[in-house]
Amino acid sequence: MTSKITEKTSRPDPAENQASVSSAASAKTSRMSGAEIVVQALIDQGVDTIFGYPGGAVLPIYDELFKKSDKIRHILVRHEQAAAHAAEGYARSTGKVGCLLVTSGPGATNAVTGLTDAMMDSIPLVCITGQVPTFLIGNDAFQEADTTGITRPCTKHNYLADNPEKLADIIHESFHVARTGRPGPVVVDIPKDVQFAEGVYKKPESKKYRVYCPQIEPQKSNIAKAVAMMAKAKRPVFYTGGGVINAGTKASELLTKLVRMTGFPVTSTLMGLGAYPASDKQFLGMLGMHGTWEANHAMHQCDVMINIGARFDDRVTGRVDGFSPQSYKIHVDIDPSSINKNVRADLPIVADAGLALEAMIAAWEEKNHKPQDAALEKWWAQIEEWRAKKCLRYKQLGDVIKPQYALERLRDHLQKDKRDVYITTEVGQHQMWAAQYLPFEKPNRWMTSGGLGTMGYGFPAAIGAQVAHPDALVVDVAGEASIQMNIQELSTAIQHKLPVKIFILNNEWMGMVRQWQELLHGERYSHSYSEALPDFVKLAEAYGGVGLRAEKAADLDDVLAQMLETDRVTIVDVRVDPTENCFPMIPSGKAHNEMILAADAEKFAQGLV
Amino acid sequence: MSTQSVYGTGPEQSAIERHTLSIVVDNEPGVLARVIGLFSGRGYNIDSLTVAEINHKKHLSRITIVCSGTPMVIEQIKNQLGRLIPVRKVSDLTIEGPFVERELALIKVAGLNEKRIEALRVADIFRARVVDSTLESFVFELTGTAEKIDAFIALMVPLGLVDVSRTGAAAISRGKIAIGTES
Repeated sequence: MTSKITEKTSRPDPAENQASVSSAASAKTSRMSGAEIVVQALIDQGVDTIFGYPGGAVLPIYDELFKKSDKIRHILVRHEQAAAHAAEGYARSTGKVGCLLVTSGPGATNAVTGLTDAMMDSIPLVCITGQVPTFLIGNDAFQEADTTGITRPCTKHNYLADNPEKLADIIHESFHVARTGRPGPVVVDIPKDVQFAEGVYKKPESKKYRVYCPQIEPQKSNIAKAVAMMAKAKRPVFYTGGGVINAGTKASELLTKLVRMTGFPVTSTLMGLGAYPASDKQFLGMLGMHGTWEANHAMHQCDVMINIGARFDDRVTGRVDGFSPQSYKIHVDIDPSSINKNVRADLPIVADAGLALEAMIAAWEEKNHKPQDAALEKWWAQIEEWRAKKCLRYKQLGDVIKPQYALERLRDHLQKDKRDVYITTEVGQHQMWAAQYLPFEKPNRWMTSGGLGTMGYGFPAAIGAQVAHPDALVVDVAGEASIQMNIQELSTAIQHKLPVKIFILNNEWMGMVRQWQELLHGERYSHSYSEALPDFVKLAEAYGGVGLRAEKAADLDDVLAQMLETDRVTIVDVRVDPTENCFPMIPSGKAHNEMILAADAEKFAQGLV
Repeated sequence: MSTQSVYGTGPEQSAIERHTLSIVVDNEPGVLARVIGLFSGRGYNIDSLTVAEINHKKHLSRITIVCSGTPMVIEQIKNQLGRLIPVRKVSDLTIEGPFVERELALIKVAGLNEKRIEALRVADIFRARVVDSTLESFVFELTGTAEKIDAFIALMVPLGLVDVSRTGAAAISRGKIAIGTES
C-alpha cells in the first residue's frame, strides 16, 4: 500500500495511441526521425529564432537545423547561460515563447541559471536539451547529467522524451505549458537515440491538450465586488506588476484606460514598468525597496489597493506586518499560489490580468460607477506633497559623473532618437537607477532580472531583443562587475551583427554590495572592490566592436552621440562617482513609511534612524 | 536597524494545523519526485505520504499526504501542488467534511512464556492478526488510526517488541462522492 511507486517509463494513453495509429495514414501526420520531429515541431510552433550551442548529444538536431536554416535562424552564443537569457530577452520583447537548444551535461547545467531566472520572472521559454542515449542514462556516461532532476525545481515543467512516438506531442505540449497561465520555462530532455529513431509527426492542432488548463477568466461576482470597492475608495492606488506585461500589449492599453477612467494613482513593480506610461501624471513611479517616496507612501496610506499581476514580493512589501495596514486589498493574479502567500488578500481574483481589466472596465461602465471626486482631490493633494519631496533629486557638481546624471543624459539622447528603444540591465545599483531614471512609455521595452537578480543577465538579454528587433536601439545598462559575467557574448554580437549598446556605469565596485557594507556592516568593504578591471575600450575593440569612454560630465553628450551612430556592438565605459549610493531605500525589516532618503543615510548607518 | 540582513525578519508564527490531503496525479515518471521536491524545496513539513496507482486504465495515482503548518502555509501547499502539471486534483479532506483515515503496521514481537501469551491477548483486544509465527516470535498485522497503532506499539514494548514497519495514512471522504467528480 505504501510507497508502491508505480512510475512508468512513458505514459501511454490507450485512446491516444489509437488516435496516432489511425491518423498516421492521414495527410496531417508522417513518419520522420526524432531530430526532424523536433525541428518540424518548432517550425509549426512559429519558432523563427533559436539560441544555442552544439554538442555531442544534440548533433542530430543540429544536423536538421542545418537543413532548415531558411526556416529557423540559429544564434550561436558563447555560453549556455547566455542562450537562456537571450531567449528571455527575445520572449520578453516580443511576447512570444523564447527557444534554446543546448547539449547534455554541462550544456544543460550551464543553462540552469537562465531557466531559474525565467521561472522567477515568469518568462515563457522552451529549452531543448540533448541527453545521452537511453541505454546509457544512469550510467555516469560522458556528459551525462540528470537534467530532468536538476531542472525540476527551476522549470514550470520538464519532460524526458524517451519515446520517439510521443516526441511531437511533448514538444507541442511544452509550448502550451510555457505560454499558458503563468508563463515559465519548460525543458524537453531528448536522448540521442530518440533523435535518431523514427516516430510519427503530428501537427500541433491534431492534439487537444488534456493537461494543464488553468483558470484565466475572472469570476463576474468578484469583479463586481472589486469595482464597487473602487467606487467607494477615498485613497485608492493601483499596484501593477509583470502580469500586465505577460498578458499582452492589450492588457497595458486596458490598464491605462481603467486608470484614466477612475483617476486613481498607479505605481508599478520593477517587472511591470512600461505597462502604464511613465510620463503620465497619474504614475507615481516604481514602488518597493528603491521605489519613490510618493509610491511607497501612497501604498502605506491607501484604503483600497488594486494589485494587478504583482506578487507582493519581499522587495516590494518591506516588513509584511507593517505593509499598507489600513487597506482593502484586491489581488488579481493568474497563479492561485501567489494569492495569500506573503500578504492576505481581501478579494482574490484568479485571472489573466488582461481579462480581469477588461471585465473591470465593463463592470465599472455598466454600473455607471463614479469615483469619489472630493476624496480623490484630497488624496492627490497628499500625493503631491509627497512628490514635492523630490526623492530622486541628486547634485551633479563638477567633473565627476553622477550615475544618475549619466542615465538622464542617456534618457535625453534616446528620446531624441527615432528608433524604438529597448533597455535591459544587469543587477545592482545601476539596475535600480535605470528603473528610477529611465521612463518607459510602452510595455515589452524593459528587460531586467527581477526575481532571481542575475548578474550577467542584461547583455545576453539585449542580444535576444536585438535579434527580435534588428532595427531597434537596444541598450544594456550595466555595471562593470555584472558585465564581466557574460562578457564573452561580445563575440556573439559581432558574429551576428547585433549592434547592442552596453552602457557601463563603472564605479569600480560591486556597488549594491558596497552600499550594504557601508550602511549595515560598518564600512568593512569585504571583497566588493573590482580589482584588476580590464580596459573596456580595448576589450570591445579586441572583439571587433567599438569602445568609448566618458571620464568627465562634459564628455557624456559627445560619447552618447557617438554611441548612437555605431553599427556594431559598443561598450561605453562611463566612469562614475564610486561613492554614490542608491536612494530612496526601505531598509530591510522596515515598512514603506520608514524609507530613508540620501540625506538620512549617515544617520541610518549610525543607527539613529 | 532591526536586522543586518538584506532580508527582513520572518513573520510571526500562528498555530500549526495538521491536514490530510488527497491528490490525484497522472502516473507518469517523476511525478512523486515533483511532489516531494516541492515539500523539501519550499520547506513544508510532511508527516506521512502514501502513494499507489488507483486507475490503471487512465494511469491515475492517488497520493495521500499528511502535512502540518500554519493555515497560510497549508493554503500555499495546496496551491503549489495545484501548479504541478501532472496534478489533476487536490482535495483537503480535513476541511472538506468527514473522512476516514487508516494506517497499516506490521509489528514483530519476540518473547517466551507469559510475555508471549500476553502479547497474543493484547493483539486480540486490538484486533491485530498474526501473519507470521515462530516458537519465539509473532508478526502482527494491524490497521487503524495512527493513534491506535501508537498505542499498540507502546503496549508491545515491555512484551518484546523488536521491529516495526508501518505505512503512511490512506484516507477517503465519507459518503457517496468520489474525489474529482464534483469538478
